[in-house]
Amino acid sequence: MPFLAIDFWSILWLSLRVSGTAVLISSFIGIPCGVWLGLSRHRGKRLLSAVIHTGMAFPPVVVGLVLYILLSRSGPLAFLGWMFTTEAMIAAQTILALPFVIGITMSAVAAVHTELPAQLRTLGASERQCRWTILRESRHGVLLAVAAAFGRSISEVGAVLIIGGNIQGHTRVLTTAIVLETGKGNFEFALALGGALLLMALLVNLIIVQLQGSRLPA
Amino acid sequence: MTDEALYRLRDLRKKHGSTFTLHVHRLDVRRGEMLGLLGPTGAGKSTLLRLLAGLENPTGGDIRFEDFPFVSTDLPLPTRRRITLVHQRPVLLTASVRLNVEYGLRLRGSRDRARKVEEVLARLGLTEFASQSAQTLSGGQVQLVALARALVIEPDVLLLDEPTAHLDPTHVARAEETIRQIQKERRMTVVWATHNLFQARRVAVRTSLLLNGQLVEVASTEEFFTNPSDTRTADFVQGRMMY
Repeated sequence: MPFLAIDFWSILWLSLRVSGTAVLISSFIGIPCGVWLGLSRHRGKRLLSAVIHTGMAFPPVVVGLVLYILLSRSGPLAFLGWMFTTEAMIAAQTILALPFVIGITMSAVAAVHTELPAQLRTLGASERQCRWTILRESRHGVLLAVAAAFGRSISEVGAVLIIGGNIQGHTRVLTTAIVLETGKGNFEFALALGGALLLMALLVNLIIVQLQGSRLPA
Repeated sequence: MTDEALYRLRDLRKKHGSTFTLHVHRLDVRRGEMLGLLGPTGAGKSTLLRLLAGLENPTGGDIRFEDFPFVSTDLPLPTRRRITLVHQRPVLLTASVRLNVEYGLRLRGSRDRARKVEEVLARLGLTEFASQSAQTLSGGQVQLVALARALVIEPDVLLLDEPTAHLDPTHVARAEETIRQIQKERRMTVVWATHNLFQARRVAVRTSLLLNGQLVEVASTEEFFTNPSDTRTADFVQGRMMY
């Protein structure tokens, strides 16, 4: 039974830890950036939007390759000692998830009624209070951004395979394990891992849907 | 009301695109007065209110609040919080009516929020809707909630942009009475934009007329309606004006 294997649970836990951390970091950076971009009206906004949307289509293997070059022994970031570690995998998934968080948050904030910021100001909101209220009003879109970022991270295989190395008990996550087990012809275990991947994505999205429906403080 | 000017507007201009320019040669808004701002749709009433609220800066001329230059980007938060505008098309938060009304008080960290909110809800006949989602309200109810959220913060200056446009006559009367009472109780300065001649006559102590972006006349309401100094005012008041 694949579910009884100790390896199965350690892979599952590591996947959750790596992708969860990457989503947390990308949300921490991406949500404020998305709010700022959604509310700003500067000239470069269209260009920035195009760059961010291009980032959503960034091939994971290219991110893995660039990070490999940067983190390898001869690379400029070799001193970090992150090669074939979970830190490098988190970095790769953060880079891949960030455009999703920024782009979707930006669209959600921009979709809030254009008169709302002015009306909040006339009610006495400071700039910070105004941004917070708009973020609250666009929470459905922001949570969707987090869900999309998690989906991107947890299902990604190219980058983590290159810079994580798929080392058993160390950097092996669900997606890389599926690649390995499929190659070995161990389809039962590979399918079980695939099912776990889907189940995990479903659970996270159920939590997010629950949050979307809940009331947040004004 | 005193004769002391709270706002002083001199040669104020605001351009919108290449076609519309608001021009107010001279206007003093007196502390504690109820000033009616009459004019047809598109005359510039909302633009003038946005300038008085500090939401926009004039293209030219001078606007002073308590003798200080009134530049929207430089307005300190405490000054901004003394002025509130009820917009023509209010946007409510995706929350209950009660939370919407409470919003301004929360921003200020006010104590005794619940009592103040319940009081204003009762005065405007909104108590039964207090727990209802603001997204389920009719256009008229939205206007009442917008009025309630402005009145509850007890501003020094209340700017009203057609606040009763979507209300039935009963609710118009109730809203007018509530605003009048609160204005007297707190000596609030109110600038009330409307295209309804009868409403201006009912509520305002002084009345002004905006036509095609130009401030045509400001006079006591009695004088404005019975003995206007400008022929355009006379035409407008008697319904002879084609615009």
